[in-house]
Amino acid sequence: MKKYKNILGFIPLLLALIMSCSNDDTQKVVNFTQISMQDEFDTDGTPNSSIWGYEIGTGANGWGNNELQYYTDRTENVTVQNGKLLITAREEDFNGSSYTSARLITKDLFEQRYGRFEARIKLPYGQGIWPAFWMLGADIDENSWPACGEIDIMEYRGQNPSVLIGSVHGPGYSGGEAISKEYTLENDRFDTGFHVFGIEWGPEYINYYVDDVLYNQITPEDVTGEWVFNKPFFILMNLAIGGNFVGSPNDETVFPQTMIVDYVRVYNN
Amino acid sequence: MENKKNNHFRFSLLFASIFAVFTSCEREISDEVEFATFPATGDIFTDDPIGLGTFFYFPYGPSPENPPGSKPTAWSVDNEVSYEGDASMRFDVPNADDPEGNFAGAIFRIDGEGSGRDLTGFDALTFWAKASQNVTINEMGFGEDFGENKYVTTRQNVPLTTNWVKYIIPIPDPSKLVRERGMFRYAAGSVNELGYTFWVDELRFEKLGTVAQPQPAIFSGQDLVQQTFNGSELNVTGITQTYNLANGVNQTVVAAPSYFTFSSSNPNAVQVSSLGEISVVGEGTAKVSALIAGVKAKGSLEITSTGNIVSAPTPQAPAAEVISLFSNQYDNVPVTTFRADFGNTEISDIAVNGDDFKLYSNLNFVGIQFPTIDATGKSSLFLDIYTNDVANGNFQVQVRDQGTNGELNTNIFTGQPIEDDAETRLDLSPSQLTPGQWITIEVPLTGGLTNQKSNISQIVFVGDIDFLMDNLYFR
Repeated sequence: MKKYKNILGFIPLLLALIMSCSNDDTQKVVNFTQISMQDEFDTDGTPNSSIWGYEIGTGANGWGNNELQYYTDRTENVTVQNGKLLITAREEDFNGSSYTSARLITKDLFEQRYGRFEARIKLPYGQGIWPAFWMLGADIDENSWPACGEIDIMEYRGQNPSVLIGSVHGPGYSGGEAISKEYTLENDRFDTGFHVFGIEWGPEYINYYVDDVLYNQITPEDVTGEWVFNKPFFILMNLAIGGNFVGSPNDETVFPQTMIVDYVRVYNN
Repeated sequence: MENKKNNHFRFSLLFASIFAVFTSCEREISDEVEFATFPATGDIFTDDPIGLGTFFYFPYGPSPENPPGSKPTAWSVDNEVSYEGDASMRFDVPNADDPEGNFAGAIFRIDGEGSGRDLTGFDALTFWAKASQNVTINEMGFGEDFGENKYVTTRQNVPLTTNWVKYIIPIPDPSKLVRERGMFRYAAGSVNELGYTFWVDELRFEKLGTVAQPQPAIFSGQDLVQQTFNGSELNVTGITQTYNLANGVNQTVVAAPSYFTFSSSNPNAVQVSSLGEISVVGEGTAKVSALIAGVKAKGSLEITSTGNIVSAPTPQAPAAEVISLFSNQYDNVPVTTFRADFGNTEISDIAVNGDDFKLYSNLNFVGIQFPTIDATGKSSLFLDIYTNDVANGNFQVQVRDQGTNGELNTNIFTGQPIEDDAETRLDLSPSQLTPGQWITIEVPLTGGLTNQKSNISQIVFVGDIDFLMDNLYFR
């Protein structure tokens, strides 16, 4: 029922976005036009260390999801080449894990409250492949997950190469209870070309879009707990292997797999 | 004369069109240059056959290997059953003992020699199907026209259920299909000798847009190594294309060689035709690999030719005196296998100038097995071998009689015969195996076989040489 209402609400929203990209005071659509952070990955080598740090290792219980990879900051797993950031998952024995990959994080380097956050990415594919472009509340050290909040701009299961998932997690609506919506790319897939994944986030709403399609809006009315998206968040990009969300790779999963990022841009107004 | 004239005309037309292309920044290609185009129609059957003409259904019919052939009346249009609309294609697979045919199978070919469709804009053949029972259809595909069959594409073992399900058969490389007449093909056999019915509806070529991540393969994706000789002819085998579909499934189809471009790393030694026929033309080593739509196929064959081969000496024994297992000189008795599976030995068939050989490589321990032979009255087993290797240790030939209990009985730890089996073994030392020439080996049927050779069913080779074998017979 709720979904139905949402869909009806989106049609004018979508029209507004496509036709004018202008403010509409009844729909809470705001354009963020001032670049506040931008990485076009134009310099080959290691990613810009003034923007990106790394999380290394396996975290606790595979980063809380029983993920199988060991994250490193080695060139084999993360590098910039030909104007693109390459995050590559490999099948190899490494410090007790069967896979390696990378997780980039802007914690303590870049954080922002509200704005437009987008990245242009060509995704990898295959059973057990789990790339993500997402954000966590910057107060996570004092206010642990899920209370800090999480905004998943892009998640995707390599075994469903046409389906994008956008979600929020917060207190009372995390993990399997997250507020989430799938978007299916018709007659196309996310691993054969670049697509722009983004949100426009303002007070009391998060709009989710892919390319020129606005496919969801989440507001305080949609979440089944406290709305915690009113403070700065930092960005993460990673390519996970296995774990609860996707299941393990199988014999047919091709390695290595690379998530190719053309740019990450953040705007405010 | 006329032919020549015609060629000349084509030549000038070609020239004209090249010129037109070079100058095409400013001009369109002349109206006189007509490129043949064929309809880009996708539909094959919705409620009726679409655009197939009058005569389009061609059953496989009888063949020498299967005289009953496919049942000609297996296909019909069913106006009672459909996934969409008001009709579907119905296939009644016959019982195995049906006198009109022991399986169902046919091609759907567009009528007319000059006909065809441009399928370059599609990426898959799709259809909805169900069956009267859960059943696996042996083959479904397209591209067979009973002519060149250039682009035959087959999905094997298609699992039908009693519910309508959509099936996808990816096109290995759509850019090749500028003119295709073979719209659909199928072959389906009985289950436990009993027939059944299946239905196909909404059969069409489609642009799904989600057929991606090709994983082509030749030689089933293996990197093979083969020793051989000048003049031998081999084939690229295990040719498949695999695409990842929207549901995450990797769908493999068997693809005709013509979809691929084959190459040899050393054309002075090995050449490969566009049909995947490998000719060993000179001494040396070459790697055969393949590309499809710019993607390198997994798998290869590295061939080393050690040069010219001479045939084994022609056996002189009169045919009436021999029981032959492998020779071009005699009629051969049936052999179950030349590679009983207890080692890593590779065996390949080599034919040079009409003479057949078995090439044994990576030999350690390999058996030839056959329905029992009564060698009573025969004194020896003969075989010819040719090796380029200097043997390291003995080469051994074992001949086994399985007795009357109908099976081979072997001590799995020692390899020795047990129960009612009997055996003889012959060892040849390295000095008896002269490299570079044919050697005739005679294995006397003595030892354990002196009084028991009426149920001989196995010959075993043990050793570490690569060799050619010919003229294997009892006399």
